[in-house]
Amino acid sequence: MTTRKLAVVSAGLSQPSSTRMLADKLAAETVARLGADGIETEVQTFELRDVAQDITNNMLTGFPSARLSAVIEAVTGADGLIAVTPIFTTSYSGLFKSFFDVIDNRSLTDMPVLIGATAGTPRHSLALDYALRPMFTYLHAVVVPTGVFAASEDWGSGADQIKTLPDRIDRAAGELAGLVAHSDRSSRAQDPFALDPSFSPTGGFQTN
Amino acid sequence: MQFGIFTVGDVTTDPTTGRTPTEAERIKAILTIGKHAEEVGLDVFATGEHHNPPFVPSSPTTMLGYLAAQTERIILSTATTLITTSDPVKIAEDFAMLQVIADGRVDLTLGRGNTGPVYPWFGKDIRQGIPLALENYALLRRLWDEEFVDWSGTFRTPLQGFQSTPRPLDGVPPFVWHGSIRSPEIAEQAAYYGDGFFSNHIFWPPEHTAKMIGYYRQRFEHYGHGTAAQAIVGLGGQVFMRKNSQDAVKEFRPYFDNAPVYGHGPSLEEFTAQTPLTVGSPQEVIDRTLGFRDYAGDYQRQLWLMDHAGLPLKTVLEQLDILGGEVVPVLRREFAKNRPEAVPEAPTHAALVAAARSRAEAVPAASAATEAWS
Repeated sequence: MTTRKLAVVSAGLSQPSSTRMLADKLAAETVARLGADGIETEVQTFELRDVAQDITNNMLTGFPSARLSAVIEAVTGADGLIAVTPIFTTSYSGLFKSFFDVIDNRSLTDMPVLIGATAGTPRHSLALDYALRPMFTYLHAVVVPTGVFAASEDWGSGADQIKTLPDRIDRAAGELAGLVAHSDRSSRAQDPFALDPSFSPTGGFQTN
Repeated sequence: MQFGIFTVGDVTTDPTTGRTPTEAERIKAILTIGKHAEEVGLDVFATGEHHNPPFVPSSPTTMLGYLAAQTERIILSTATTLITTSDPVKIAEDFAMLQVIADGRVDLTLGRGNTGPVYPWFGKDIRQGIPLALENYALLRRLWDEEFVDWSGTFRTPLQGFQSTPRPLDGVPPFVWHGSIRSPEIAEQAAYYGDGFFSNHIFWPPEHTAKMIGYYRQRFEHYGHGTAAQAIVGLGGQVFMRKNSQDAVKEFRPYFDNAPVYGHGPSLEEFTAQTPLTVGSPQEVIDRTLGFRDYAGDYQRQLWLMDHAGLPLKTVLEQLDILGGEVVPVLRREFAKNRPEAVPEAPTHAALVAAARSRAEAVPAASAATEAWS
């Protein structure tokens, strides 16, 4: 049976956190979709709160702690990524951004990404498309068309009755599963010492 | 094996007194530290190069020229010389001049520099850091190795029939180390030329340093300069010592906590566990330093950062006394044990001159003459 690796990053701060709840639902649905296609999925979920100090230290010292390094390796080496943040002050949380700031800006190239966000009110929902989506596009990741936003009301009464949260999760997970199924990122050999094919130790510019 | 110190040259407020030295005081302090390094029996003194406050060493060969006159034995070096933003012609001249003044007690470590604005201040682009380091060094090599140079490249004005002056002392240019924390391109460059590779080693975990050095050693062998074990490796280090370990920790903590580079981040204990920083007794420093060999292999040069983060001059000189008096003699003895015969000593001018002579004798005179004009 084919196996794929799915990384889930949640920047929720409280316990329990609706951000984590959304992340888990997105992951479960993606796993189900892949399973239906005969693909087994290994899911690794990371709460950024657990490495919040390590992220700050990495910003200050320039290198990740062993604990953060393990998270970065798992995230960047996955076949797909689900990234969910609370919306703070009209954008992703500082912790969420800081995590993606300290990883190598080439390490998410080609990564299928499903973005999700939570907030108290649906009026913040466009933050997915003006904040998260461009950030991942900058990193050359492949962001699926559907981002999933869950406002507080989505978890109970007042939720949208037409395109419900489960409907949106279902559609987004289907889009991500399609990309993850064809991803070979996790099996690619990563050579941190690979040099550009045009590299020449003498610069290759001088003429004799 | 060579042991020494390197200075970043930062002017930093002493967090325990709130006092900031003037630039002049700091520069004089660095010179005093350089002289004392020889007095306590160290082999190398190296200074950084910076073009922005709070760092003072903008003109390293001026400082090293003074030290050359004030010392007799110590090797004067850099950590690092900016090969990206400095004109390679001026580097060739400055260090050949210093070689003469210091009777050959000179080598240098090339680095790219990571301060963004320095590049545009000198008309360069930081995104071209690697190509600049490669092309500029290729030119520097030719300026030292060939009498007259015809050259044109991407980053500086062309040269026709240019002769760098003075010529390298005894026809042998200063030994070159290439410093890089994480660019395999620079390790590759060092290996290609058979030059030394210096790993700063103080801000990153040992596993990372081990990978970089392993790569350099492997490529050194690939380019035919010798076996991987014979590649020329230098390591940085960072220590603070007192007789009792607890006293060292207590005294150094405020300097660590407020240090410009890592202050206000990880705790002293975390940073000590994650990097080669050692704060403790001389014996702890000896044990930790001997451990470097486990992942870097037998190496040629160990430099420590001693004067930084606002530590007062008096404290730094005491640290040098401990280093030279109690630590380095033991390290010399211990590193010599089980060191394979084939592992070369650290390069010196005398050794390079001897090697050049034996090469010249091996080559028939006629072909040597042709080579010089080809």
